[in-house]
Amino acid sequence: MPKYFLRRLLISIPALLGISLVLFTVLALAPGDPFEELATNPNVPPEVRANLRAQFGLDDPIPVRYLRWVTAMVKGDWGFSFVSRINVSTLIMQRLPTTLFVLGTAQLLGLLVALPVGVYSAVRPYSFFDQLTTTFAFIGFSLPTFFTGLLFILFFSIHLDWLPFIYRADISATGWRWAWEMARQAIMPITVLGLFQGAAMTRFVRSAVLEVVRLDYVNTARSKGLSEKATILKHVVRNALIPVVTLVALQIPGIFTGAVITEQIFRVPGIGSLLISSILSNDTPVIMSITFVFSALVVLFNLIADLVYGWLDPRISFR
Amino acid sequence: MDEYGLKELIAHVKAGRLSRRGFVQMMVGLGLTAPMAAQMLASAGVAQAQSKLVYKPTKRGGGGALKTLWWQGATLLNPYFAVGTKDQDGSRIFYEPLASWDPDGNLSPVLAAEVPTLQNGGLSKDGKTIVWKMKKDVQWHDGKPFTADDVVFNWEYAADPATAAWCIATYKDIKVEKIDALSVRVTLAKPTPFWADAFVGVRGMIIPKHLFEPFKGGKSREAPANLKPVGTGPYRFVDFKPGDIVKGELNPTYHMPNRPFFDTIEMKGGGDAVSAARAVIQTGEFDYAWNLQVEDEILKRMEQGGKGKVDIVAGGDIEHIQCNFTDPWKEVDGERSSIKTKHPFLSDPAVRQGLNLVVDRAAIQESIYGRTGISTANYLNAPARYQSKSTKWEFNVDKANQILDAAGWKRGSDGIREKGGVKLKMVYQTSINASRQKTQAVVKQAAGKAGIDMEIKSVTASVYFSSDPANLDTYPHFSTDIQMYTTTMTQPDPELFMNAFTSWEVSSKENKWQGRNITRWRNEEFDKLYKAAEGEMDPVKRAAMYIKMNDLTIQNVVVIPVVLRPRVRAIASKLRLEQSGWDSDFWNLQNWYREA
Repeated sequence: MPKYFLRRLLISIPALLGISLVLFTVLALAPGDPFEELATNPNVPPEVRANLRAQFGLDDPIPVRYLRWVTAMVKGDWGFSFVSRINVSTLIMQRLPTTLFVLGTAQLLGLLVALPVGVYSAVRPYSFFDQLTTTFAFIGFSLPTFFTGLLFILFFSIHLDWLPFIYRADISATGWRWAWEMARQAIMPITVLGLFQGAAMTRFVRSAVLEVVRLDYVNTARSKGLSEKATILKHVVRNALIPVVTLVALQIPGIFTGAVITEQIFRVPGIGSLLISSILSNDTPVIMSITFVFSALVVLFNLIADLVYGWLDPRISFR
Repeated sequence: MDEYGLKELIAHVKAGRLSRRGFVQMMVGLGLTAPMAAQMLASAGVAQAQSKLVYKPTKRGGGGALKTLWWQGATLLNPYFAVGTKDQDGSRIFYEPLASWDPDGNLSPVLAAEVPTLQNGGLSKDGKTIVWKMKKDVQWHDGKPFTADDVVFNWEYAADPATAAWCIATYKDIKVEKIDALSVRVTLAKPTPFWADAFVGVRGMIIPKHLFEPFKGGKSREAPANLKPVGTGPYRFVDFKPGDIVKGELNPTYHMPNRPFFDTIEMKGGGDAVSAARAVIQTGEFDYAWNLQVEDEILKRMEQGGKGKVDIVAGGDIEHIQCNFTDPWKEVDGERSSIKTKHPFLSDPAVRQGLNLVVDRAAIQESIYGRTGISTANYLNAPARYQSKSTKWEFNVDKANQILDAAGWKRGSDGIREKGGVKLKMVYQTSINASRQKTQAVVKQAAGKAGIDMEIKSVTASVYFSSDPANLDTYPHFSTDIQMYTTTMTQPDPELFMNAFTSWEVSSKENKWQGRNITRWRNEEFDKLYKAAEGEMDPVKRAAMYIKMNDLTIQNVVVIPVVLRPRVRAIASKLRLEQSGWDSDFWNLQNWYREA
């Protein structure tokens, strides 16, 4: 297996290079200019912009800029933002904890809802409970988060005035008060995201369990007198979860890059809102870093998913 | 209005027949700025008006938290890099200029002990030197004293081209010397009628020498104080996350007594304008929200029984339509809208006049902008006897038809006018923005009735307002017949603003479309007036020249003003503050307080 791991890792290097080349070229060719505000302000002489373009190396040809970017990236230097002129890594590290907290909790919430509900409705297919959850699941993943988000704000913040709808990463209180404030402001974005994820995952868990529950070995387990609980938990769920684990592993990169729309609605200062504001201001180094890190994580977690798969299912071997 | 008209008006103000504010507003309507109007009054010896806001708190602090909302968060806190207003506002929490512009365009001293005038000897008669005296006992947040050395350093810092300060134009041609520990002399390269630019307002925030000296020029990006400002302002730095939040706390050694009122300040960024308005007006979660580009109807609905209100302050931003004087459809030497061409029909004054008559400003204001866009009201609202006939607007399709008929533009079988094989078909471009698209529709409909066919084009704002020399869709390329956008005139002097009509500023391939003259209109009389105004020291004569220049652009229908866009902010009901259209939102942050 180590040999397999190493080979996969080596294969991913040209893949990542290819990805970065495509990203870089697309961004370099895209219209727009990071110094737009300088251009539209009549008080700023054009030399200032020319000077900045030269200082930031924007006047060099694209291949030169790409090579410079790659060499810096290999050395661990992600460059600096054209807009705020600070290092991209600092910018990302400032926002990562918030994104991890909100999206991680949401993912966890989704799983906590999806697993029991999905398993239970698969064990009793077409029962009233199953019908009910299926209906809700369909509603859940057909409503986009920007809609449920606004609905939540309208109801809980404006109509009832219970919850704040502006998320602040650094609340000045401490201790229990901090925890309380944090919970109050985080509950809406987390629920919106968690339920959306949970709805889709419930359907997935249900179908995975449904497939396994009909198999002969489950009947064997039952007929040899195992309790229903043991049959389901030990024999059915364990096998049914293999595809679910893969799915979850592939969703993890998304946790790092944030949820663009939900973060925007609730003003959650996460990676997603950083990405969108960078795109709007043509801040290429930041866009490049975030998208590239995202693709690197996708490649990595694909590999991890494959490894976990083999560990869960011994029939799969690595060659 | 000429010089005599202006003098008469000033006499009215002096005699109390016309209010100061009324005069200032009238001047703004004539294309001038409030600071310029105030300067005229000052030169005539009319006393400065006191600020309206009375500061009531009798001790420093105790006001709790002040929470403000900017839907675009501050991205940097060095005032010399702060091109965007959001960054200027963020910096202004911590840094202060020598003086600020109040709503009526008066200078109000901040770090200066007094505003330099001819009377107190601060200004020289020849208009070339200014002496600024600074307040005593002002401290930087780190306890070091604020002195003349800091002011001199700021000039060196900003004037260095390698620093790439956005306000370099203000500093590069002046000289600043220290007289003593608390006064400096500013020497201007030539007699400058409008001298109050360096160290004033958003271009004049003073940064500390002891922290920035090692990072002058090319190394300016590396200064740690870029992210952790140490200023003289009412609040000290606590935390900054670019694009998200700026936090400050009360400065216990602030140089004005009993100020500030709030214990902490927070400037939160992100989100959108509508929900920002909602957080202040409807739920009261925040105290202040910046730049509400929200339809007035929505704002009105929020205001009913809400916890806050909308505050509207006039500034100089004008949404206007520009006519292209060159041919955008013919390519000459790899350039469209080249100055070597002539527009096939917009070069005919009759067509431009017709166009001017089909823009229904009243309808645009009423149904689109509401309180947030005033149909260049000042041309209309000024008392009739001062109103310049040449700059009156009207909406009259019949008259447009008459003018076009008389000029020989005959309607074809499809109802579109033509003359000599040229059809009155034009492309009307602007950026993507709901209000702008509605305005386009209103204009297009009326133009259709006058036999002018308009094709509507809208470009994403990030492309339209970019400086990309390779993209034809940017506004300086002007590759269409007419276009519409807002020019912001927050700068206190109209000189640069008017630069946009001089013949040497024509935007072209040669200057990579960085010239300011977008319409490519050229007029000898205008050029002459502009040059004359540059050295005119009498503020009244100078104002008359600018009014004349403004008249020229309106008479010749180079541009068609649509609406004046005032500043729209949301304020919690109990928060007391005063807005100025000529300076940062935080121009007098030290005076903000909350009524019990």
